[in-house]
Amino acid sequence: MRYAMAIDTKKCVGCGDCVVACQTENNVPHGYCRDWIVENVNGSYPNVEIELRSERCNHCDNSPCVRCCPTGASHIIEGGIVKVTHNECIGCGACIQSCPYDARYSHPDGYVDKCTFCDHRLEKGQSTACVEVCPTNCLYFGDLEDPNSDVSKALKNRKWKVLAPEAGTKPQLYFLT
Amino acid sequence: MNEELFVSGRNIPNIDPYLNIWHWQIPIYLYLGGLAAGIMFFAGYFTVMRKEKDMEATVKWAPFLVPGVLVLGLFALFLDLKHQLYFWRLYTTIRFESPMSWGAWTLMLITPLSFVWAASYMKELFPKWDWKFNILNKVESLAIKYREFLAWMMMLLAIVLGVYTGILLSAFNARPLWNTSILGPLFLVSGLSTGLATAMWMSKSKYERKVLSRLDLIMIFVELFLIIHLLMGFLAASEVQIEAAQLFLGGEFTAVFWSFVIILGLAFPATLEILELRGYHIPVWIPALLILIGGLVFRFVMVEAGQITRFLY
Ligand code: SF4
Ligand code: SF4
Repeated sequence: MRYAMAIDTKKCVGCGDCVVACQTENNVPHGYCRDWIVENVNGSYPNVEIELRSERCNHCDNSPCVRCCPTGASHIIEGGIVKVTHNECIGCGACIQSCPYDARYSHPDGYVDKCTFCDHRLEKGQSTACVEVCPTNCLYFGDLEDPNSDVSKALKNRKWKVLAPEAGTKPQLYFLT
Repeated sequence: MNEELFVSGRNIPNIDPYLNIWHWQIPIYLYLGGLAAGIMFFAGYFTVMRKEKDMEATVKWAPFLVPGVLVLGLFALFLDLKHQLYFWRLYTTIRFESPMSWGAWTLMLITPLSFVWAASYMKELFPKWDWKFNILNKVESLAIKYREFLAWMMMLLAIVLGVYTGILLSAFNARPLWNTSILGPLFLVSGLSTGLATAMWMSKSKYERKVLSRLDLIMIFVELFLIIHLLMGFLAASEVQIEAAQLFLGGEFTAVFWSFVIILGLAFPATLEILELRGYHIPVWIPALLILIGGLVFRFVMVEAGQITRFLY
């Protein structure tokens, strides 16, 4: 199993619902977030292109954050989800330095926190909070190894890119372009 | 125009607008680690070379500072942790892939060793000293007996520690300024040089100071050479690394880097040492202090500057 997400940059309107849904679902402290929206403006009027991206941890296949963790608090669970065990984390910040996407933050309680692909929901057979709430249905989630999953189907017919592939982390968020 | 905005209003403390999760604690930790490595390496070296008599300050006096330096360094690391109650988790696992982990373990080995080394010279340097407990006397006589073995251990661990202070940063591929293998040797050499400066400062013998300052000159030249290599390597690499080098070549950190690290921290003390070797009289504390400050500023600059470099996408 290899969980991944595809994000349709053409359909996203940047409403921020996924951000709020995540904050509510995961009790993210005020002023912090596990996902966020980037607006990339390229060119100038009238030749201008806008790309909207809902970003979060890429649950990288080759995750530097897991490698550099001195205690093993950062680890990988089934499906390639990268997680942090709160009471093993010493808050050294190494994993934050190691992430090319700045996807991690230091929780006010001291440990490091980040997107979990809502593994607590997946266990119950639900999808992630951000996917379920998205009003334009531009987020696709699922198992890459299953050809019938939403994400596999989305990737089949569209061009996509990943962010900063040169960082070598093998990110698992696919942006449909 | 190419512009990236967080339209969801992301503004996470210490992460946005640019990463700043490591503050003064980490550069201090790296600096003290390097300094301790420098002192221990040369204490070991001159013991193995059987030069203890001529190099008293290097072999006997300077190592008295090391336990304190290492404990302070570990304390700085502790202060950096945000989840301090779980500090002990560092020592319930060893993870070789994580520099933070094997570095913490190296410190765990080298700190007791530094205590034992200092203890083994207690009676010689302070004849009135009394260990009070018999067991401590036994430890002392064992340490004296196996001093040469301890010296080899110290040299080995000092090199590991010195290189570690650089690898801790260079292992982070995500920060282009740090992601160069030169940082390991560079921080090692810089640490050795600060160690020499300390011993030089403490030494009362003309001969010893001369030997140390010659060695230090070599270290300084190696260091300059590695820094040039570092910048050349960046300029010949990918865009993110070119931008990292620009921080020192016209960017934000140019002034402090060239004035405090290169000129006041390396070039000027080297000149003073050359003059001294040529027979001019120069108070030894001046080059020593400059080298020590230069090394400290260097750590601060690297940690600060590295955090603002990142991949662009
Ligand atoms: S995006 Fe960052 S935090 Fe997430 S797995 Fe990759 S390196 Fe780790
Ligand atoms: S901050 Fe926590 S999760 Fe991150 S590397 Fe340190 S111990 Fe591991």
